[in-house]
Parts: sequence; C-alpha cells; structure tokens
Amino acid sequence: MSRHLISIDDLDRAGIERILDRAESFAEVAGREIKKVPALRGRTVVNLFYEASTRTSSSFELAAKRLSADVVSIRAAASSVTKGESLKDTVQTLSAYDPAAIVIRSPHAGAAQLVARWTDAAVINAGDGKHEHPTQALLDVFTLRRRLGSLEGLKIWIVGDVTHSRVARSDILAFQRMGAEVTAAGPPTLLPRGIETLGCTAEPTLERIHEADVVYVLRMQHERMTESFVPSLREYAARYQVNDVRLRPGQLVMHPGPVNRGVELSSATIDSPQALIGDQVKAGVAVRMAVLYELLVGSPNLIAAAVA
Amino acid sequence: MRTGAGPDPATQLYAAPRPSCDVLIRQGHVLDPRTGIDEVCDVLVRGGEIAELGEGGALRAPDGATTIEGRGRHLLPAFVDPHVHLRTPGQEYKEDIASGTTAAAAGGYCAVVAMPNTSPTVDTASVVGALVARARAEARVPTGFLAAITRGLAGEELTEMAELRDAGAIGFTDDGKPVVSAGMLRKALQYQRLAGGIIALHEEDPALSGDGVMHEGAISARLGMTGIPSLSESTMVARDAALARYENARVHFQHLSCVESVEALQTARAQGVQVSGEASPHHLTLTDAEVESLDSRFKMNPPLRAESDRQALIDALRSGVIECVATDHAPHAAHEKEVPFEEAPMGTTGLETAFSALYTELVLPGVLGLDVLVERMTAGGALYGLFTPRIAVGERANLTLIDLDLSWVAGEDGYASRSVNCSFDGRRLRGRVLLTVAAGAIVHQRPMLVAASAGKVAR
Repeated sequence: MSRHLISIDDLDRAGIERILDRAESFAEVAGREIKKVPALRGRTVVNLFYEASTRTSSSFELAAKRLSADVVSIRAAASSVTKGESLKDTVQTLSAYDPAAIVIRSPHAGAAQLVARWTDAAVINAGDGKHEHPTQALLDVFTLRRRLGSLEGLKIWIVGDVTHSRVARSDILAFQRMGAEVTAAGPPTLLPRGIETLGCTAEPTLERIHEADVVYVLRMQHERMTESFVPSLREYAARYQVNDVRLRPGQLVMHPGPVNRGVELSSATIDSPQALIGDQVKAGVAVRMAVLYELLVGSPNLIAAAVA
Repeated sequence: MRTGAGPDPATQLYAAPRPSCDVLIRQGHVLDPRTGIDEVCDVLVRGGEIAELGEGGALRAPDGATTIEGRGRHLLPAFVDPHVHLRTPGQEYKEDIASGTTAAAAGGYCAVVAMPNTSPTVDTASVVGALVARARAEARVPTGFLAAITRGLAGEELTEMAELRDAGAIGFTDDGKPVVSAGMLRKALQYQRLAGGIIALHEEDPALSGDGVMHEGAISARLGMTGIPSLSESTMVARDAALARYENARVHFQHLSCVESVEALQTARAQGVQVSGEASPHHLTLTDAEVESLDSRFKMNPPLRAESDRQALIDALRSGVIECVATDHAPHAAHEKEVPFEEAPMGTTGLETAFSALYTELVLPGVLGLDVLVERMTAGGALYGLFTPRIAVGERANLTLIDLDLSWVAGEDGYASRSVNCSFDGRRLRGRVLLTVAAGAIVHQRPMLVAASAGKVAR
C-alpha cells in the first residue's frame, strides 16, 4: 500500500481486501464497552476540513481517538490565493507539529495530492472537490461485503447526480475493482460526457433498474435546479426517485448521506429493511480506523496485538 | 501626425539600443526555407547586417569580428512570436519587459508581440506610449504591442482604435477574454477600415465554457472537474469568420486548440475570408492526459485537448492552414500556481522551450520537417505586417544558432523568465539555442559560447 490514500487507484483488490479485513477486527472493537486500542498512542492525526462535513469528519475523529491518537480537528474556510492563508502555508504550519497523518477534505480536486507534496505525514483524502472520496468507497464496499459476502458479479447502479459526485467516482472504481458491474444512471445533464471510459455503463433513465442487485443513490443538491441541470425537483423526483414503485424485493439500497427525503429517495425506502444506510454510517468508523492503521502501522502481525 | 492607417509597421517594434555585432559564424548548417538555403556555410555579419554568405570554411573574420564555430550546429532565421504576455504594466512580479524578452532571446526569438490584458489594460494611447518607452529602455528583443478591442476587455465599448494605432499599437485583441457580443465585434471589424490593424481573437463562448478548468472529455469525467468543450472555441471561430466575411475584415484566430476550429478555419479560408490562425507548442505536443497529474502547470486556456485535436493541429500546421506557432507565453508566480488545479490561474510559459519541445516531439519522430517548423516559427510577424526574418545578404541579422543534438532538461538551469510555470519543466528535450542575434545585435549566448569566444574561436 502506498504511503497515502489519495485515490481508489492507489489500491489494488488485495489492498482493498486487506483494509476491509482490518476493518472487520476494528468493528469488533466497536462492540466492546471500552472501544479503544493503543495502536496510535503518542501519535498525532490532523483533520483539516475546508468543507462542512458531519459524518466524515466525526467518523475520522472517532477513528483516530479509538486508536488512541492525539487528534487536532481544524475547520477552515475554503482558502484562496486572495483571502487567508494558503493551503501550502497551512499544511507546512501543521506539519511542524509532526503529525503522523493529515486527513484533508477540500472543495478542490487534487488538494490531497498537493498536501502530500508538502508534508512528511501520511495523507488521507477525505474528499477532494468532485474528484474522489476513497474512504467512503471503502466503507461502501465493506458494507456490501458484510451483507453479501462478495461483490463479484454484482450489478450495482449508481443513480443521480454523477457529474458533481466524488462518491460516484470513487465507488465506480472500487466496485469494479471488487468484481462488480457498474451502471451510472441519471439525467443526461448530470452524467458527465466520457464517464463510460471509467468502465461503467451510462443510462439516462431508470427503466431497467430492476436489473440491479444494489441501487446506490446519490444526493441531489438543490443548487442543481438554479443551474438548470434539472428543471425542478418535482420532475427529478418523478423520473429518478428511488422508491418502492421502482424497486423490486431483494434489491439493496445505499446512500452516502445526507439524504433529501422525498427527493432522491422516498421516505418509506429509507426506512425499509432494503436500505443499508445505517450500516454504511456504522462502517465509517471501523473502515477509517483500518485506513489509519494500515497507513501508520501496517504490519499484519501487529493487528493481533492491537485488538487483543 | 499620421492618422488612420497608423505608423509604418516596420518600425512598430521597440527595443533597447544595443551595439550591432560583427560576427562570423563558421561552418554552421544554414537553413532558411524562404531563401531555399539548406547547407553548411559561413555567415558573416557586419554592423548587424548579413554581409556575406560563403562556402563552409571559406570566409575569414575581419578585424574586430568574433568567430563562432557553427560546425555540427544549425543556423536558422530567428523566431517571431505573435503572442506573449509580458505582464507589464501591473503584474511585474510575474514578468516584465526585460525578463520576458530575455526569455524570448534565450528561446531563439528576435521579435515578440505582447498582449494587452495587463493592469491597467492597454486600452488608451497613454498606456501604449508608456509601454513603447519602457520597451525602448529595457526590451532585449524588438517588441510590439497589441491594444484592446474593447475598454477594459469588458466587451462593451470600443477602444479609440485609430488613436491607439497612432500611438504604436500593431493591432487589437481582447486576448484572455472573447468578444462575446457578435454586435460588438462587428463594429470593431467595421472600424478596422478606419484604424487598420489586425483584429486577433481569443475564441471562447462563456456560455459553453462556464467555470470549466480543463478539456471536456474522458479525463475531466474521471477527475470530476468541469470541462470546457471544444465547441466553446469552434462555434466562435465559425461565427467570427462569418462576421469577417460579411464585413470584409481581417481577423486572426489565436491559440487554436481543437479539430473543429481547424475545420472552421479551413472552411473560412476556402470561402476567401481573410483569416489566419496560430497554434501553441503545448497544444501541438501535449494532451489532456497530462492533467491526470492534477499539476497546475497543465492548466491553460484554451485547455490541453484530446490526441485527435493535437493531430489535427499538427496536420493544419504542416499544411499551412495554421500558419504560425505562437507560444502564448503566460507567466504566473509560483505561489499562484501552487494551489489546487481548479484554483490555479490559466497559463504556461513557453518562450524558452518552444523550439526544443516542437523539435523533440514533432521533428525528431518525423512528424514535421525541420524546414516547416522553422517556417512556422518565423511567420508570426508577417500576419501583423511586421518583418519576416531571412538569411540573405543585405538583410538585418536575425539569427539563431542551435545545437540539435544537445539534450537538456527544461528548467535544469533555471529560466530567464521570472516565472517557472512551464508545462515542459523537467522534460528532457533535444535541441538547444546557443546564440540569438536580433535586429543585428547579439541578445543571447549560452555561457559555453561566451567562454570559448574569449579564445578567439568559439566552439
């Protein structure tokens, strides 16, 4: 495994599986009364978030704390050249504290990669623009693997605003790497030209959604209406909402959160047993513990000691 | 005072006075596609003029003349760049006339044309006058200036084009921005009949390019960055060619980047419209695949496009549909480029690497003849009515001596430009400029030449 986790492309199938196996043992730790292991005692993890995020930042913070790391969480306003400190200066300042890892969320593609150039710390991409969100993809794969045992041969549809989704890009890569067939479906205005070159199929309607084993629904952001990507939420929901009319029994439903109830997903579907949304959230901490552990400790026989 | 047609274009280039040189370049392979010379010979420059061409080894240096060994090297007419950003006035931390023209000299250029998207914009006669004065004080190679088509490049009001011409502007462009309104451009084309001067166009439809940061295609889909579709350029090329045809005006299309624009240019030319086009070394040698690195050095406008676009540009350059190479040398300070790709300003420097990059990527693999490359790199002045450098007796010496076998890494010795945002930085290139003579004066010599010339014969 490379020193950083910037993209799903940094991981081969074996690397993904190693992280997921590790996450399984950390999930077991989460079931204990004392949910803490000493693996990163005395080491520092910096969470640098240039975008609002509830679940990603809290689960990274919790993951680092459960590994006994010292955690510094920084919420910064999205910087630019003209206002505030540059990303480079911020990273160099934080690096002076000698962190073991920097977790970065940025509204701009490539930010994590830049940070990796400026620090000796391991860098974890917690979302960079519309580019990638690799730990989300890992927890999605973890959730599916737990439920189904394997993703091999699985048909997964990713539905909604693919253009503006970093989750979609990381998931398309990760699901395929684990042997699944991926279809990206959504309004033609929100399917980026050339998305098929990632190996997936593109579908402008949900007419064939019954073919999916798993329906992964993306968040539909309100600003897409003002930008005329779709004429109205009403029309979007009429054509693309995943609900019990469109779903058949046995299909699983996922969503990276936060959900707009009644827009991309019906309320009943969110609360149905088909939905894995709660499992995804739960997986977040264990998978992020595993990523931190793999990057910072990494040796397979140490895991046994860590969870013993 | 002359009005209307503006001053004599031959004198519209400005440089600091430099002593004319007396130099004998011995036994270089002299290549000038315009005069047809393509053989080893001696070239004697006296008082800044080409005084004699002789069989290789035949000429003797007169008293006071330096001898430079040309054996194993190529002596070419020096290049002319119709599109550079010298960032003066207002952004001298990126580049100024002295540093930019020193970079030009290092790249084998004997003349450059600077763009008006400065701060303030070059949209009044007083700014042109100040630039002319500055160039006369510090430009290392002769420099010409374009003025803006519209005030502040805002696309709303015409500049005083006739007065700007009288003040020394060669032509007009809103480069960096398109003239969005067809009606506004039409008025500028009509007014060209009074003011003269080529109108050069940065073609982009902002309704299509939006907040795009790279070429729209497979790579932008993968990276999740907003794409700039090729047709944001080509639809404007087609529109403006139609306007030029209707108004019988003369327009030049800057930094063409895609196959659709080449087709639109070709169609316009076939209809007899007075159009010309330029392409940059980076669009001719690189594609959007470079952007996968997320390195902001590969962010420019227009963006690096697909391989099929690159091939179309090469074909167009070879056939002459695109008649010249223009670097669009666009320096930015390191701190401006050391930010995430989407945040970075658009532009790459290019003066110091243009020939080497094109020679390495196009001539060496046999894609383009060296003679064609030399022709296209020297044609950028003529389109603005400026001179074309030629190697012939009686011509002012505009020469560059190049070692085609010398392999070097771009940036390894730093840059003469004040900025380092070169899209070829770190690449191994073949062919290096050793000497540049511009308007009869030596403006650039590699240290190896200088050291040796003290011992009479420079090797």
